[in-house]
Amino acid sequence: MPNETRIDSGKGAGKGRAARGEASTGEQLLQDYRQMLLIRRFEEKAGQLYGMGLIAGFCHLYIGQEAVVVGMQASAHQGDSIITTYRDHGHMLACGMEAKGVMAELTGRSGGYSKGKGGSMHMFSREKGFYGGHGIVGASVPLGTGLAFAHKYREDGGICFCYFGDGAANQGQVYESFNMASLWKLPIIYVIENNKYGMGTSVERASATVDLYRRGEAFAIPGVQVNGMDVLEVRAAGAEVADYVRSGKGPYVMEMNTYRYRGHSMSDPAKYRTKEEVAKMRKESDPLDTLRSYMLERQLVDEARLKDIDRDVRAVVNEAAEFAQTSPEPDPSELFTDILIDA
Amino acid sequence: MPIQVLMPALSPTMVDGKLAKWVKHEGDTVASGDVLAEIETDKATMEVESVDDGVLGKILVVEGTEGVAVNTPIAVILAEGEDAAALKGSVDVPAPVNMEPSTMPASTPAPAPAQPLPASDVPTEPEYTGPTAAMTVREALRDTMAEEMRRDGEVFLMGEEVASYQGAYKISQGLLDEFGPKRVIDTPITEMGFAGLGVGAAFAGLKPIVEFMTFNFAMQAIDQIINSAAKTLYMAGGQLGSPIVFRGPNGAAARVGAQHSQCYASWYAHCPGLKVVAPYSGADAKGLLRAAIRDPNPVVVLENEILYGQTFEVPTDPDFVIPIGRAKIERPGKDVTIVAFSRMVGVALEAAAALAEAGIDAEVVNLRSLRPIDTATIATSVRKTNRLVSVEEGWPAAGIGAEIAALMMEHAFDYLDAPVVRVTGADVPMPYAANLERLTLPQTQAVIEAARSVCYR
Repeated sequence: MPNETRIDSGKGAGKGRAARGEASTGEQLLQDYRQMLLIRRFEEKAGQLYGMGLIAGFCHLYIGQEAVVVGMQASAHQGDSIITTYRDHGHMLACGMEAKGVMAELTGRSGGYSKGKGGSMHMFSREKGFYGGHGIVGASVPLGTGLAFAHKYREDGGICFCYFGDGAANQGQVYESFNMASLWKLPIIYVIENNKYGMGTSVERASATVDLYRRGEAFAIPGVQVNGMDVLEVRAAGAEVADYVRSGKGPYVMEMNTYRYRGHSMSDPAKYRTKEEVAKMRKESDPLDTLRSYMLERQLVDEARLKDIDRDVRAVVNEAAEFAQTSPEPDPSELFTDILIDA
Repeated sequence: MPIQVLMPALSPTMVDGKLAKWVKHEGDTVASGDVLAEIETDKATMEVESVDDGVLGKILVVEGTEGVAVNTPIAVILAEGEDAAALKGSVDVPAPVNMEPSTMPASTPAPAPAQPLPASDVPTEPEYTGPTAAMTVREALRDTMAEEMRRDGEVFLMGEEVASYQGAYKISQGLLDEFGPKRVIDTPITEMGFAGLGVGAAFAGLKPIVEFMTFNFAMQAIDQIINSAAKTLYMAGGQLGSPIVFRGPNGAAARVGAQHSQCYASWYAHCPGLKVVAPYSGADAKGLLRAAIRDPNPVVVLENEILYGQTFEVPTDPDFVIPIGRAKIERPGKDVTIVAFSRMVGVALEAAAALAEAGIDAEVVNLRSLRPIDTATIATSVRKTNRLVSVEEGWPAAGIGAEIAALMMEHAFDYLDAPVVRVTGADVPMPYAANLERLTLPQTQAVIEAARSVCYR
């Protein structure tokens, strides 16, 4: 975890790696496992439905990155806000949005969160504090900063979890946001999900400096690098950073080192990396396998319980897929609704 | 239940592909995520992954087969505990997935030959009988913001130099003193950032007034205005609106050159999800800005620097509102309709006065709103005068005048006794030299000549 001096000073960026938290209870970890498995199975099903032509257009899967959002959202409170870019299905599920509504949006049906008008990249739930789902790389960062501004303006105690990728980390508006967030001490955590590739371009080929957790340094925003493949580490780092931000000390940058197993979107053959690289990550760093082994080794869970969870999750996902195929397409009359609110 | 593996579509446009290679073979145990096969399309080679755990029970399409249609079953996976007997009957081709686009709703209906007058659902502006005072457009804008900030604690103003400096054009004079730095916020020079921040705050339900020092600088932020503010309500199926005002001076000031002298009216008027207004008088400024602040949608308020210092008689009732979407007949007339907005309304009125001396009775329509545009009022006027001139500072191509000409073809074609004439800014970047600048902007004389030409006089 970031050392105390750095956190207290609020100046400069951290150099250290976050440590693994051991404090979580067995039930919390089982809950994390279930959430990560739900995201994994949901995304696999989405990929399958895409292959069947039931989901179209752009569809960016979160497989491999599950520990990031699940570990971070463990520190979210009621009333906090969450915003992300277009690889957003995992974030929605981690916020407690229903798998049925998300999957039905992917198939463009009236039962989807946006009544079929948004699609994979554009879903929202005011109730769950989820503010999208944004398709323009980098644009969600000022938006998230505005959500944090509203928390501070209203003094409601909330903070914003603002997720974006290593690709977005090179957009100018990210730094415009960092500047204002630090200047005004806004309660926001910038979570950079560094999955190593912005579409087909590796971080090394796109970024003059690759330590993304230090990107807030010029604005006196502290940063920390976290193993985003290990939910325990994410959980521990997230809890500490969330406390810091919630206490009114201003923004924080977290770089999550993670990896997506699938292509950038469904239509990406991923020729920019080797099969061996992907296989190695899956074999050695899979967030689900890591947590499963951790829990089994410590006898926090037995195989039978894991099997039950697996069965439950499959049922939820299958029900979602069923709903997404049977929910009707939006009525043609919906074409001209929701453009403006009646004044 | 055995699970069928179907030939997947790996891109939005793929219809078939070659089954290049089986990586797993019959009898192999497979786990979710394992690569089963490789598929070649015209664009790429991609992998088919298993979506379930089990045993690869049967391969239905041998490797090397070309032209395998999307959704053809290519293999069967047996779940835990199933044996090959379960394969019976499982290889039927599934019901084809309906890939046809659903029936499209009828697009905008073709206008009926009779050209019915379009009805506006915007209420007519009520007759104002309350008190008025002489004040500048600048003071009218300032007073309106102050009144709305007193009325609603969630309204705040942010922008460059709006607080300590009292506004680059002194529109926010005195607001910092009254409302403090929490609600009157100086931003860094960071248009895209603070416009996006404002939209995020509006998502959360606050009501930001974002001032651009001029709309020229809002080009840095136009992605946030269109993609984030205007489109989100629709993309969210009506769940999440953005009650935000983007305001500032638009169009040419005087002698400030090409990058600081552009009219953005048609840019914003083009976009569904936005409302766009352009006040001319002090009353317009008050009534339209108040309507914008109270509106639950993103509203772009295009002001004009040259008008800021002009004095008008202005309603002082703190609830005076002009409905967005209604034009105003500034000067009734019967011979020709002159449609204008913002500072060009003044030019049109000058032209109308000169035309009256020549015996031509011009009707001047002040558009006030550019989205929605008040088609009914323009069409009613054209049906009366049978002649139409539009005046704007902006460039001619795809401009507001072009839109009005098209609308009148749809709604008043049979009533036109002459082709519509557009008076616009010259199709050049704004020059600096005084004489060239004058040649670029629509002058009163050009409007007079246009009106005479459509009257054939």
